[in-house]
Amino acid sequence: MNETQTQLDIDREKGNFRYNVDYEFDAGTGLNEKTIDYICDVKDEPDWIRKFRKDALKKFLEKPMPTHWASHDLENIIFDKIRYYLSQGGQKPKKTWDEVPEDVKRTFERLGIPEQERKFLAGVEAQFDSEAAYSNIKEAVGKQGVIFMGSTDALKEHPEIFRKWFGKVIPTGDNKFSALNSAAFSGGSFIYVPPGVKVTHPLQAYFRINAENFGQFERTLIIADEGAEVTYMEGCTAPKFDTATLHSAVVELVALRGAKIQYITVQNWSNNVFNLVTKRGLAMEDAEVKWIDCNIGSRLTMKYPGVVMKGRRARGEVISIALAGDGQHQDTGAKMVHAADETTSNIVSKSISVGTGRATYRGLVKIPSHLKGCKNNTECDALLINTSSRTDTYPAISVRGTGNACQHEASVSQVSSEQIFYMQQRGLTEAQAMSLSVNGFVNDLVRQFPMEYSVELKRLIDLEMEGSVG
Amino acid sequence: MASASVSGVPLLEGALVEGRWPEWFVASRQRGWADFQHLPAPAPKDEKWRFSKVKALALDSFRYPAAVADAAALVARSTGLGESAARFVFANNRLLAATAPAAGLLKAGLVVMTLEEAARQHADLVEKHFMAQEFKLGSAKYAALHRSGPVNGVFIRVPKNLEVAQPIEIFHWVEGENSAVFPHTLVVCERQSKATVVDCFRSADDEPAFACGVNDLVVEEGAKLNYVAVQQWSLAATAFHLNSTTVGRDACCLGMQVNLGGKFVRGESYSRMVAEGARSDMLSVNIAGGDQLIDQRTFQDHAKPSATSDLLYQNALTGKGRTVFSGVIRVEPGAHKTDAYQKVRNIVLSDEAEANSMPGLEIEADDVRCTHGATTAQVDDRELFYLLARGIRPEAAQQLLVMGFFNTVLDRLPDARLRGQIEGLVEKRLSAALRG
Repeated sequence: MNETQTQLDIDREKGNFRYNVDYEFDAGTGLNEKTIDYICDVKDEPDWIRKFRKDALKKFLEKPMPTHWASHDLENIIFDKIRYYLSQGGQKPKKTWDEVPEDVKRTFERLGIPEQERKFLAGVEAQFDSEAAYSNIKEAVGKQGVIFMGSTDALKEHPEIFRKWFGKVIPTGDNKFSALNSAAFSGGSFIYVPPGVKVTHPLQAYFRINAENFGQFERTLIIADEGAEVTYMEGCTAPKFDTATLHSAVVELVALRGAKIQYITVQNWSNNVFNLVTKRGLAMEDAEVKWIDCNIGSRLTMKYPGVVMKGRRARGEVISIALAGDGQHQDTGAKMVHAADETTSNIVSKSISVGTGRATYRGLVKIPSHLKGCKNNTECDALLINTSSRTDTYPAISVRGTGNACQHEASVSQVSSEQIFYMQQRGLTEAQAMSLSVNGFVNDLVRQFPMEYSVELKRLIDLEMEGSVG
Repeated sequence: MASASVSGVPLLEGALVEGRWPEWFVASRQRGWADFQHLPAPAPKDEKWRFSKVKALALDSFRYPAAVADAAALVARSTGLGESAARFVFANNRLLAATAPAAGLLKAGLVVMTLEEAARQHADLVEKHFMAQEFKLGSAKYAALHRSGPVNGVFIRVPKNLEVAQPIEIFHWVEGENSAVFPHTLVVCERQSKATVVDCFRSADDEPAFACGVNDLVVEEGAKLNYVAVQQWSLAATAFHLNSTTVGRDACCLGMQVNLGGKFVRGESYSRMVAEGARSDMLSVNIAGGDQLIDQRTFQDHAKPSATSDLLYQNALTGKGRTVFSGVIRVEPGAHKTDAYQKVRNIVLSDEAEANSMPGLEIEADDVRCTHGATTAQVDDRELFYLLARGIRPEAAQQLLVMGFFNTVLDRLPDARLRGQIEGLVEKRLSAALRG
């Protein structure tokens, strides 16, 4: 077990570093109306946003912790000790890496962001604590009318586009953490893709927490207008502190008629981070929303990406991979709400529990009455590596009326000793054999990630598995 | 005794002075009453009551009933298998008739008697097993109510190595508007014994009624118990049926719940495998028509390695019928080589019916094979077409297909005569439900 621990740490080395940064703006610890006024003043926000935040704060304080069904680990979050806003000033993100302050740039260079941008991305935003340090979109993509900017800027500069959907897919009071985000949001990406525009390369955001006791609350809203297509990727890292860090994002996707949105997450927070994220997409007629979600890091992740299929023939999909190592709890899943005829949804979830890790699948599939021809397929498979590993599955499927079909299947198993033996016979070490087996288990899902990510994922899984046999 | 503390509760008033119960039982009743009072009522947000209807749980109108008017008529209506090893008929909590086991079986040590009698004559066994397991699937409050209430029912002890070939039949009737009954069945199958027990729950009329039933099944090493509960309360009744099963080494318990009646039915089945080689089959056939709600919670608790559990629940829904299935397979740390399966299948036959499924897994051991599945669909058009093309009327064809669907569960019953009888009851209810 000790060996596993070591390996987990080695694996996280890539993100486990921090530089001392002087913050020009710091809202202090705790969240109250003053904190909100501070954030609004710094960001020079219009009054309606200030009101939106304050209403959200009320809802956040009113709502109880969802511990009647969720992990009691949530009680270890001390909201008064968290810092809700930190930035270096210059609330406008820089357009070239040369302008980015040296200490922040060092961070992203070490994570390889500028390099990736040159290679295969259509646009990049890099968020450092509360604000985006860098935001750039390739000229050709910008010329097509694609808007890609931070939350506050977007609401100020293009209210006609964004205000209509802001907070509509995920209402403030959806849950305690969506209310928290609505009160304290900063950063994130607001994207608009005009009708018929197909963004060929992915847009990417990179979220970085640098400060201790910090809460990151980015807000993302992606609107794909009729017939548009876009792929968005996000990655997250943080250094490992002894104290808890909170990341609570709200991500709203709107796919108008015939549009397609693909949202890819590779979450590799250090394992002191509480990652409590609300993600939901709205799919209109013939539209498709696909979440590809991979959770490797964090202490506790609670994330159930959802799709509300509002138009005929809309389609929702969630592909989820979770890896729970020692001391980690990956509480992930999916939510599919069918709200029109002939809508189809698919959920494929695979989780791996290593050491004392715990992976939980929680799902909701809802087909209300008087809908015809709706279909859902859910598969969730769990792999347990050690005797102390744990996995749970809690789906809820609610179907009304005839003419719809739902199927759910789940299995729990371990790597078979025959497989390991077979590979050892052919000269592989036990660890290599284990890695190969586990990679085989998630392979069909990993292949759905863009190449650069799938290579990285495979490497991560290799590392995680090393020394975990037995 | 506790009668003072329950005055003003019509459900129990006048009930507790009846019968001669030993001290320990009276004390257990008082504990039950105290628990019932302090345990909170289920709230709509309670996870263990998700998709259910806690508003349906107003018990104010129910009261402890008088004895039935025409006992002979109800005994005559208590027809079941024809031949049985023993037969007990209760109505409104009182024993109406009892056919004791044959002399040979009694001599071999078989005990079948009322719980009241057993509480005195077999105090040690009854005290050890009577509601011994915690009720943790959401209805602890109603289990406490049962404990505090005027329970009546049967105690069965099948002694070591005895095989009872014929089923033991128990009938519980409820009669009169808002009558409340508290049926209890306690079965102890000792080592290497074998028995089949059938509980039949019936209403004498169409009135609203309240039933709060519990059964404790204890299956010791190498024993085999088949337990079937056929619930046919009136379509206006509110019913709780709480089960607790303990399966020992290499023992096997097959439990089947058939729910045909009731307006609000809450079933909880808890099966605990306490030694290696234990096997629990949990089966259920349910028809929810009209405005019926059948809400079932199950728990397959693997406490020890190398045990097997296999759950199959099948629901047919018509009218505005609703079903809730919430099941958990729990594999405790160290319970390796567990083989657990859980499946719920819903067939929805009307546009207003609603099937809710929450199959769950909680696994804390790695060398296991655990799977679950949930499906919801309607009658297959092609299958229907096939039958129509052969001149079968649409209603008959639908009935045939749904019965075929139910037979995958009913076929698991080893006793052909029992299977035939239950099939007949299911078919009758289904045809009424399909006609609306």
